[in-house]
Parts: sequence; C-alpha cells; structure tokens
Amino acid sequence: MLNIKKGASSHSAYDLRDPNGEIIESHTLAVLVDNESGVLARVIGLFSGRGYNIESLTVAEVDHQGHRSRITVVTTGTAPVIEQIKAQLGRLVPVHEVHDLTVEGPAVQRELALFKVAGKGDQRIEALRLAEIFRANVVDSTLESFVFEITGTPEKIDAFAELMRPLGLREIARTGVAALARGA
Amino acid sequence: MTQMSGAKMVVQALRDQGVEVVFGYPGGAVLPIYDEIFQQNEIKHILVRHEQGAVHMAEGYARSTGKPGVVLVTSGPGATNAVTGLTDALLDSIPLVVLSGQVPTFLIGTDGFQEADTVGITRACTKHNWLVKDTAKLAETIHNGFHVATSGRPGPVLIDIPKDVQFATADYVEPTASKPRHYAPTVKGDPAMIERMVEMIETAERPVFYTGGGVINSGPRASELLRELSEATGFPVTSTLMGLGAYPASGKLWLGMLGMHGTYEANLVMHGCDAMFNIGARFDDRITGRVADFSPGSKKVHIDIEASSINKIIRVDVPILGDVANVLEDVLALWKQRGSRVNRKAVAKWWGQIRDWQAIRCLDYKPSQKTIKPQYALERLEALTRGRDRYITTEVGQHQMWAAQYLHFDQPNRWMTSGGLGTMGYGLPASIGVQVAHPEALVINVAGEASWLMNMQEMGTAMQFRAPVKQFILNNERLGMVRQWQDLLHGQRYSHSWSESLPDFVKLAEAFGCKGIRCDNPADLDDAIMEMLAYDGPVIFDCLVEKHENCFPMIPSGKPHNEMLLGEAETQGVIGAKGAALV
Repeated sequence: MLNIKKGASSHSAYDLRDPNGEIIESHTLAVLVDNESGVLARVIGLFSGRGYNIESLTVAEVDHQGHRSRITVVTTGTAPVIEQIKAQLGRLVPVHEVHDLTVEGPAVQRELALFKVAGKGDQRIEALRLAEIFRANVVDSTLESFVFEITGTPEKIDAFAELMRPLGLREIARTGVAALARGA
Repeated sequence: MTQMSGAKMVVQALRDQGVEVVFGYPGGAVLPIYDEIFQQNEIKHILVRHEQGAVHMAEGYARSTGKPGVVLVTSGPGATNAVTGLTDALLDSIPLVVLSGQVPTFLIGTDGFQEADTVGITRACTKHNWLVKDTAKLAETIHNGFHVATSGRPGPVLIDIPKDVQFATADYVEPTASKPRHYAPTVKGDPAMIERMVEMIETAERPVFYTGGGVINSGPRASELLRELSEATGFPVTSTLMGLGAYPASGKLWLGMLGMHGTYEANLVMHGCDAMFNIGARFDDRITGRVADFSPGSKKVHIDIEASSINKIIRVDVPILGDVANVLEDVLALWKQRGSRVNRKAVAKWWGQIRDWQAIRCLDYKPSQKTIKPQYALERLEALTRGRDRYITTEVGQHQMWAAQYLHFDQPNRWMTSGGLGTMGYGLPASIGVQVAHPEALVINVAGEASWLMNMQEMGTAMQFRAPVKQFILNNERLGMVRQWQDLLHGQRYSHSWSESLPDFVKLAEAFGCKGIRCDNPADLDDAIMEMLAYDGPVIFDCLVEKHENCFPMIPSGKPHNEMLLGEAETQGVIGAKGAALV
C-alpha cells in the first residue's frame, strides 16, 4: 500500500498550507523500506535526479527478520516540493511507508556526534567543563586530546561545535538525524 | 516443486506469465537462456538487429495489446543499448519486462568482459530493477517483475541475471506460490472526491474532458466508460498525444488533440473552460504552456493512478487517486443513482462558442499542385486506409504531429508514438512489434527520413520475420522540427538540420529485399499509396514532400493557450528568449 496519509494533499481535498508559498520548509521524513540491494541508491538517486535537497540522512535495518530498514531524511523545499518528494518516495517499489514527522505531529529528533578536541592547560579544562554542561561523555582521552560523545538535536550539536571551535576542535563525526513520532 | 536450471526457469516463468513473444539478441552472458529457447516452441523469439530496436518492438507490442512486452539482451553493451528504450517506456508508462544477462557473480565488480553495472545504469530508467544472485530467487523475481510492470502506473522493469545463476539449479516457484507483494497501488477512487466530481459535472457551464494515456493504459473498458460519460454529459473531449483513440475522432464531441501542436478549438476550450476534468493525463509541459496562465478560470478534477502526478505541475481542486476505469465506473454509477443532469443551457452556449472556434479551420493549409504537402500526404493516407484494421506508429518530429492532427483514431491501442521521451528511431521497430502482435493487420510507420535512419537496421528483422510493415517516410531532407524552431527563434540559421547524403530509399528497400516506392508528385500519390497497401510484404515508401513546411497550429514555448499561432500567422519574433529555453 502506498501509505501516504496525514498531510499529503493527494489524499485530501484541502491543504491549508499556502500552495504557492515560496517559504522553504525543513521536513523530517521517515521512510520504511525493504532492506534490499540498492535501496539507498534508489532513494538518493530520486533526490539528486529530481533536484531535491538532503540535509541529513540516516539508514539502518530496524527489523532483521523482516529485512526492513528505516531511512530518516531531513529535506528542505517549498510545501509543494515537499509533497512531491513524499509522493515520489511512495512510488518506489521497495518503499512501504513514508511518514512526514514534521506534519504528522510532535516528534523527537536526535543525532549522535563525536568531537575530537585537542589542547592543553585552560583550554582543555574549559572544553571538559562545557562538555559536562552539554552532557557529553568523554570516550577517549590522551594528555593532549579528548573525544567527546554527544547526543541531542542537531541544533544542540551545532551549538556545541561552535563552543569547541576556539578550544581546539579538530574533527567532528555526526550520524545524521534519527527521529520518531512522540506518543504511542 | 521442480528442480531446474536458472536458464530453464526463465523460460518456464515466461510461459507461466503467458508470454508468447520475446524480442532479443543473444550474447555470451545469456547463452544458457538462448539454449533453453532453442529447445522449445511455445515462446517465439524475434531476433532484432540492435537492442534498442528490441525494446521499441516490445513497446509497440505492449501498447497495441495491453500485455507486457518482453525483451532479452546480453550483459554490457546489450544492456546499455536497451537504456533509451527503457527510458522511453518509463516516460510513456509502457509495461515491459527486460531480462539482461550479467557476468557470473564471482566476476561482478572486476570489470569483467562485457560487464556493466546494469542495475546501477538502469535504476533511473526503470520502474524497478533487480540483480538476481541466487537461482532459488529467480522465478519469484520474474513473477514479481511482471506484477510491478503491469500494476498501478505501468512501466519497464529489468531483471539482471548473472551467467552462473542461469547454470545453477533450484526449485521452480510457481506464480501463485510467489510471496504476497506489498506493491499494490490504489485503484479505487475516494467516494467523497467522486461525489465532488459528479457535482462539478452537474454545475459546469464551460466543461472539458481532457484525457490522456492513462485511459489507454487502464484498458479498453476505460475507453468505453469515457465514451459513455461523454455521451451522457455532452461535454467536449480533447486528448493528449498519448490518449488518441480513447474517444473516437469521429465522435461528435471530439475537439482534436490539444497542446503545443493541438487544435485551436481544443486549446481555447482548455483556456476558457470553467470545469476541467483531467482523466489520466499529467499536465505535461507540452500541454500546459505557461503554467501561470494555464486555464486560469477553471476548477480542476484530476484522475490519476499515481499520487506523484497529482499537484505536480498544476494544483487541482478535486484530486482522485485511482485507476481510470475504476473511477469512471463509480462516477457513472453515482451519476445514474442521483439522476443527474448537466446545465444544458450553459453547455449549449459553450458549444456555440466552440463552433465559432472550429470555424477557423485551424488545420487548413495551402494546397499545392507541384509538391506533396506533408499534410496532404497524411490526408490521403487517412482516406485510403480508413475502415481498415489499421495500426499507426510514428517516429518523432513534424511528421509525428501531422500524423496526430490528420490521422483519425476511433479505437484505443491503435496509435503508438514516443510522447514523453520523444525518441527518434522509435517508429520502425515499434511497427514491427505491433505487426508481430497483429499479423493480419495493416501496420504503418509514419516517419521522417532522419528519425527513420536511426533504427533502419530493423528492416532486416521485418524481412526475416515476414512482418509486412509499411514505412511511410515523409522525406523533406530536413530535421523538420529542428528546422522549424531554428526558423522561428534562431534567426533562420539552420545549424545542422538538413539531411545530407541520404540513401536512395528505393535501392535501400531492394537491398533489404523488400519493396521501395518513391513519389514526389501529388497527382501520383493515391496510386502510390494503393501500391504500398497492395504489396504483401514490407515497403519503404519515400514520399518526397515540401521541404520548408512548418507545423501549425503552434503554441510557442512559454506562451499561454490563447496566444497560439495559426498557419498563416506571421511567426517571426513571436517567441522570446525565455520561450527559447523551454523548447
């Protein structure tokens, strides 16, 4: 079944958002797919082939028995473009469900990041102090560096990166956003 | 469960899917399958001369029968040669199952001989594709391939089969024993939306049915229901290029084709209507012209099986996701149940307006005693073949638009043309595919000489399999549509748009062993066409036509429907730079 329900104009006579709106919105989509060979290439190819944006993308098998993967895509576009993206995703044969978590109700979004920060003396102490404030864990340390593990919204991770930059930030690895709708 | 080799499984699965004909070309990576084909007689194999030809033949077969077309090609170049045909079928929603050979699984990724990343290359030009690495999954994948190709919005699928998978043995899986597939597009329309459509029919003052290829794809029942609905309402009907024949051209409600080279009346009806009923069309850019000015005063209904087609280009008021036949059935049932009536007075007034537009006679052209006008050639072809069991294919360009304007189709599945992709070289192989499906019918490919040369090697296929296809080439020694655009918006600088060093088509016909006819005199044309029709075998008809004829009416790119050019209109400087970019 093409499971494009809430918020999809193709199923509803009324779309209360401005159809001609030029406002660029950011939407988080959860796409449940068969974990078959090439499925990620199909999804990415759809975005590049039709000129859509990918801000963030995560994918992993979430049902090992059923071989289902969950792809979380954060994308941007005007309201009609977002509708097209969802409909185009729904066309793909291995796609079972497309959920627009931005439209369907409140959702939690989390991202994990690793930060390598090198420094000595006060800088090092300041980095550690800020990491505590952000509830980041130290997962590796040498006399001259830390690797922090931090989880949170992309905004929180951006904020942490800004603070670490003058304190000897060397490298960042981010997972991209994983998201679930709130409630049962 | 029966144990068999992968190669045998392919043939068994095709048989179980009811396949009668395969269009293909052998090569190293499909030899085991060809060996199985050799040892049976149920499935006919048509040996093509180039894999692109195989895919277009399968398209012609599919579009004229409603059944999926099947293609078999080898790995590497065999598969890459199929890419244009796959893209063509994707854009025109033609159900195809293409089987390609692949290097053995242990060689994949080593740049082996005739290795190409076929599923990678064809991912963007198929509805879905598979690389089968395990013989145990082969039969099921093929059954699934047929399901995906033919359900919902039809389209091409490709199944890539490594050579070792063809040799290995496993249990054959019957179509019925295949796992249930989640892929099941919505076919039944939302009753609330159907009710709104019926209400719109009841109140419409200036209505139009704008129909498309979806009516054809939905099957013959959809065309019957469209006719029933049109008769019940008395609303005017127009169609896209892909939908010709769904409503009969001889019907009294017929306005002719719409769009860039559509009729004056059809386009003005689209522009001026207050209720537009889009039935299985997709608001293509050749139809809408300038989107911002497209049918500004109308409420719009859109019936489409594909959610992504709805609100893609034009926002509609009543979206109906579903299969055309299914939805029209429900619309008619509700129409009868409510005892509905249309607003007769208003619709009669609308028809009065339409009659005025029709009186312009937009398809009139300046006749000539000296040269054959392409329009005249097609008028004569129409007159001399009317009433026959006739199928028409075309190449792409001016001749294609003239064929759409001057040939008349009273039934669906009789008109095969490359609409979405605009593939020159489509018509000749497509005509062979149609002829294979309908051996007794009259199959004519209306061609331009330039398009025709792109796949002319397939005349060999026509000869080998005794497909008596008639190649009606409107030869203007020009790439006519390119020339027309250069004429209109590139200062008449005819950059590389003429056909130099053309072959002698009559001698070419002789070289292939078929009949060649040349005609350059309007007075001889009827006799020449009759000679073509009378010949029992393929004919290459070299019809030398007026070289500088432009195709009108025409909506210049980037213009709205009500700014169309008629034949006699002054055409220089009408298309701005912005329109030139939209060509």
